[in-house]
Amino acid sequence: MIKTFKIIFLLFFLTSNTLAGSDGELELSKKNKSTKDCFETLNRATFALNQGLDKAILKPVAKGYRSLPSPIKKGTGNVLNNLSTLITIPNNVLQGDIKLAAINTGRLVVNTTLGILGIFDPASEMGFPKYVKEDYGQTLGAWGVGPGCYLVLPVLGPSTIRDTAGMFANVMGGDPYYNISVNGNNEYLDGKFFAATKMLSAVEFRATNIDSFDNLEKNSVDFYASVRSLYTQDRENKIKNTQRGNIEVIYKEDSGWEEIDTK
Amino acid sequence: MKKIFILTVFFIIYFTNLNITYAISPDVFIQSTVNRASQVLSENISKEEKINKLKIIAKETVDIKGVGYYSLGSARKSLNNEQKDTYSSLFENYFLKSFSSRLAEYTNPEIDVKNKQILNKNYTIVNSVLVATAERPEIKIDWRVYTKNPNNPLIRDLIIEGLSLARTQKEEFTSILNSNDGNINSLFKTLEEFTNN
Repeated sequence: MIKTFKIIFLLFFLTSNTLAGSDGELELSKKNKSTKDCFETLNRATFALNQGLDKAILKPVAKGYRSLPSPIKKGTGNVLNNLSTLITIPNNVLQGDIKLAAINTGRLVVNTTLGILGIFDPASEMGFPKYVKEDYGQTLGAWGVGPGCYLVLPVLGPSTIRDTAGMFANVMGGDPYYNISVNGNNEYLDGKFFAATKMLSAVEFRATNIDSFDNLEKNSVDFYASVRSLYTQDRENKIKNTQRGNIEVIYKEDSGWEEIDTK
Repeated sequence: MKKIFILTVFFIIYFTNLNITYAISPDVFIQSTVNRASQVLSENISKEEKINKLKIIAKETVDIKGVGYYSLGSARKSLNNEQKDTYSSLFENYFLKSFSSRLAEYTNPEIDVKNKQILNKNYTIVNSVLVATAERPEIKIDWRVYTKNPNNPLIRDLIIEGLSLARTQKEEFTSILNSNDGNINSLFKTLEEFTNN
């Protein structure tokens, strides 16, 4: 209960703090909240450090992971997705999407039981809607909190002030899996297990994107700026929940093209 | 008399048709373009040959000059004509190298056009998917097609899973300019180095 209070307080504080300097116009209605790179020099140094770690550790491990048989990779991905539902559900509620929270709860129950701790995904086969992850950073964004400055975190990679605050909400009690494994008093799970799961998530993500990252690095004139751009675009899309079907939301703000006339 | 009549009819039809051009639907244009590219990528030829063929397709179907100006952002407004020409030439070489070497990594990609949405008279978004394989999941690709001249639609952007390549490129160029006090020559140098490497 105290943890729940702490999260609500933290999120409320962050939101209020952002709106405090408002010029009177409702923040939610502002179209563009660009991400400023306030700490670029430091960020570039951290980015270089992360690239070094990636080349030395993460990429070789990801390559090894990629050579595993497909059913193992599929099962691992399913388990990680199932665990992430524990964060998605409270965020569905915080964003006011009670129906989706109920659907994701059903998905969690089905996949954890029939799907044997999430190794299989019977929920999708039963016709549950496509699963979309949500996190506390997205919830803050959905509430109208701007991204703040862009940050590159050591080991963890690209983020923003808002998204980093969202990550803190996980360890402040917002992630039931963290609560059970790190703070819970049980004989099956502990902090090491939690850390191993997070590392596995990173390896799985890296393995899935190994070719795209290589290609991007090879063909970028400023790799750091490319990654920053892709991260911010991805977060914007996730916060707006942009999917096929509401394409006008994606493109209506892009006025830069209208000025280009080469005919 | 009959021959003269036939000849006259023939010439009327011939010259009338010369002046008629047909608008190409953006989705048909994209499907035909990706089919051409797929054919090149599945050919049993060297990577170099593939790249050269892809460059020809890109020159015909992408508005390289438009993408270049967009990528330059507000900096384009401060360029003189000579700088604009230099930039356009450097950008074309950079774009063709970057674009073709990105695509040449794929072997026999299957892209299916699904839908199109007209944004306004100048732009249509064509939705497609890169069909999943054992190595990768299905990938959504949207194409921003410039339709100001409906008879000659041109690609201006690729939006892969919601991530715009043109915007990414624009932010890269902006970063280079910002790191060099807005000096356009630094961008020219970067583009030149990329193309020559």
